[in-house]
Amino acid sequence: MWELAGRADISIAFPPFSKVAVAFVSMLFNGEFTAAYADSLPPLLIGLCITIIGGVIIGVSIGLVRSTEWFIMPLLIIFQTAPVSALIPMLTYIYGISDTAKVVAIVILGMPLVALNSYKGIQATSPSLLEMAKSFRASWFDTILFVILPSAQKMIFAGLRLGVSGAFIGIVLAELLITPTGIGDLITYNRFVAHYDKMFATIVSILAVAGLTLGGMSKLEDLLFPSEKNE
Amino acid sequence: MDDIILKTEDVGVIYDRSIVALENVSLNVPTGKLTAILGPSGCGKTTLLKVIAGLIEPSSGTVKIRDKETIGPGPDRALVFQDFALLPWATVLQNVAFGLRAQGVSKREREKTSLTYIKEVGLSGFEDKYPHQLSGGMRQRTGLARALTVNSEILLMDEPFSAVDEQMRRKLQEDLLELLKIENKTVIFVTHSIEEAVYLADQVVILSGRPGSIAEIVYPEIDRLGEIDLIRRQPRYVELVDEIWSSLKSYVE
Amino acid sequence: MGWMTLLPPLSGIWFAFAELLEQTAFWEAFAMTARTFGIGLGLSILVGIPVGVLMGISTRADKILSIWVNLFISAPITAVIPALMPIFGIADATVIATVILFSIWVVIIDTQAGITHVKDSLVEMGRNFGCSRWKIIIWIVIPAALPEIITGVRLSVVRAVKGVIVGQIVIALIGFGGLFNTYLSYFLMERFWALIIVVFVMSFTIIGLVELLERRIAFYARTR
Ligand SMILES: Nc1ncnc2c1ncn2[C@@H]1O[C@H](COP(=O)(O)OP(=O)(O)OP(=O)(O)O)[C@@H](O)[C@H]1O
Ligand SMILES: [Mg+2]
Repeated sequence: MWELAGRADISIAFPPFSKVAVAFVSMLFNGEFTAAYADSLPPLLIGLCITIIGGVIIGVSIGLVRSTEWFIMPLLIIFQTAPVSALIPMLTYIYGISDTAKVVAIVILGMPLVALNSYKGIQATSPSLLEMAKSFRASWFDTILFVILPSAQKMIFAGLRLGVSGAFIGIVLAELLITPTGIGDLITYNRFVAHYDKMFATIVSILAVAGLTLGGMSKLEDLLFPSEKNE
Repeated sequence: MDDIILKTEDVGVIYDRSIVALENVSLNVPTGKLTAILGPSGCGKTTLLKVIAGLIEPSSGTVKIRDKETIGPGPDRALVFQDFALLPWATVLQNVAFGLRAQGVSKREREKTSLTYIKEVGLSGFEDKYPHQLSGGMRQRTGLARALTVNSEILLMDEPFSAVDEQMRRKLQEDLLELLKIENKTVIFVTHSIEEAVYLADQVVILSGRPGSIAEIVYPEIDRLGEIDLIRRQPRYVELVDEIWSSLKSYVE
Repeated sequence: MGWMTLLPPLSGIWFAFAELLEQTAFWEAFAMTARTFGIGLGLSILVGIPVGVLMGISTRADKILSIWVNLFISAPITAVIPALMPIFGIADATVIATVILFSIWVVIIDTQAGITHVKDSLVEMGRNFGCSRWKIIIWIVIPAALPEIITGVRLSVVRAVKGVIVGQIVIALIGFGGLFNTYLSYFLMERFWALIIVVFVMSFTIIGLVELLERRIAFYARTR
């Protein structure tokens, strides 16, 4: 379908699929992708680590220690529903053109989702399970480790997937808007010089990387927790 | 010999090309009588009922009504569902009127008919309630009224009373018998309760375990005139329950 | 650069807010945002629900479409916006396309989930009373899936809000995106924050309204 639309000359900005595929393969081997991803991946990985670890810790701790709930929850909800991306352009003015800006963009867009889902997962631990743990005189530590966390695991993983897709949006936005480097720059540059086949190839590569990452996470979850299949 | 309203001839059902759920089921259902289908779990009771209802096409064999082959659901058969199958967004009245609405009966007329049956099943005053405001027993009465309004000769019920508690179940059983004195219906119902089958049915069909086929047919011929509690103490009743229990046990093993 | 310039005092923001409301540029951006948001979201819902229904009732459609829907629902759509610009121009159409790409997938997926979770017995009930396929879909299946469909619509509103802002920001020349860009380049931090607050408040109002609507319909779900 894409091929037909492209061939039908709807717009020169919409190249046929075959051209994009050719561009994709050539960019893969002439080092353009390698160079761009070498710029983008390190901040993405750092940002992802902070997002995941920080998000789970924040979510789990406010789920367990209720006293901070009233303060952090509204913030998380704001960050989840509001178009926080409006804040991204401002990051340049704080961090300048640097990897830090990218990392912060990733964390802002990804972490609240992870935290909120972890929190919800902890909250949703069924009361009867908790009572069961209590009746067996399980220690506080054991209850968390063997009852609450496993039962929240599904939600937490769902949150991780949301967080990772948020992180991808963060890095793309940051690279499109503030730091003309990496994969975002590859898109912008090819648009300016009207190499639309290369631009599409780059976009497809990002979608593929994101898709593979998320798919890999689902697989990993199935591998780590195979018993959770039933529902 | 009784007048036969419905019969299945050599009905077989195979799911997914490999699971044989029913095999060679030939069954005669006499007009105006209650037929119970009894059998171990998973033996194909629901499947048989759905074949009769026309919801499942048998892989082999036919279903005949008054000696005419039927295909698909028809207005001569109405189903009462185990899980009630009520529309949660519709009131009791709208739910009961659903069958008539599907037939294109005008609103005024279908509401009039529905109200008489709502009264008959003892739900007067609840016409405008929603299903979630009703008890399990009342929900099943709604399902029963819905099946009655379309005025079909044959009522099909799949474990109609299994989702309500024991007291309610007995009450519903008695009310069903009362109702059938007024309404001249042929009833085929699935149950896993031997007592229910013996207490209600004129004919109890016992299916063997998978693949389901008819193992035995028992005719309780209980004297249902006297007091209900006395019926359950009749020697004939107790004997039948024991007899069916022991033959069922052999199929489970 | 000090934090003071980046985070101006509230009184300053309030003052800038009052100023903002007097500007035609603001109201033009507002109108454009509302327009593109409305059209994009409307199209998402109008197209998404039928597609979801189709995927719910036809395994063929599900097989063909579900890979794409599942890919795009969590894909970084932001990366696609630069490709939309040369196709649709620096105008409404690009923003509308962004809004659609952000919001349509969740409508489709939730509608489909709702349709496939409708209890078999309800459909059998319809068939038993002689309903045609169409009547079953319209009288039984769609109303029964309504709670999920509404949830999908609510989530798509949240995503559409993000899409309309992200789209404008990436284009950076029109609507609120243009204003953000201008304010930041001239260090008008009060105005920047005033605009952020306006945008946030608008989002919450819209999302709040949809949640209210959802709660009204939620009672269906209770008995299922
Ligand atoms: N749609 C289906 N696809 C495949 N197999 C099915 C399907 N429906 C039923 N079966 C199988 O056919 C057999 C008979 O099922 P059926 O529901 O008719 O049994 P049943 O006697 O009503 O059981 P129960 O007492 O548990 O209600 C079972 O082994 C079941 O697993
Ligand atoms: Mg059954």
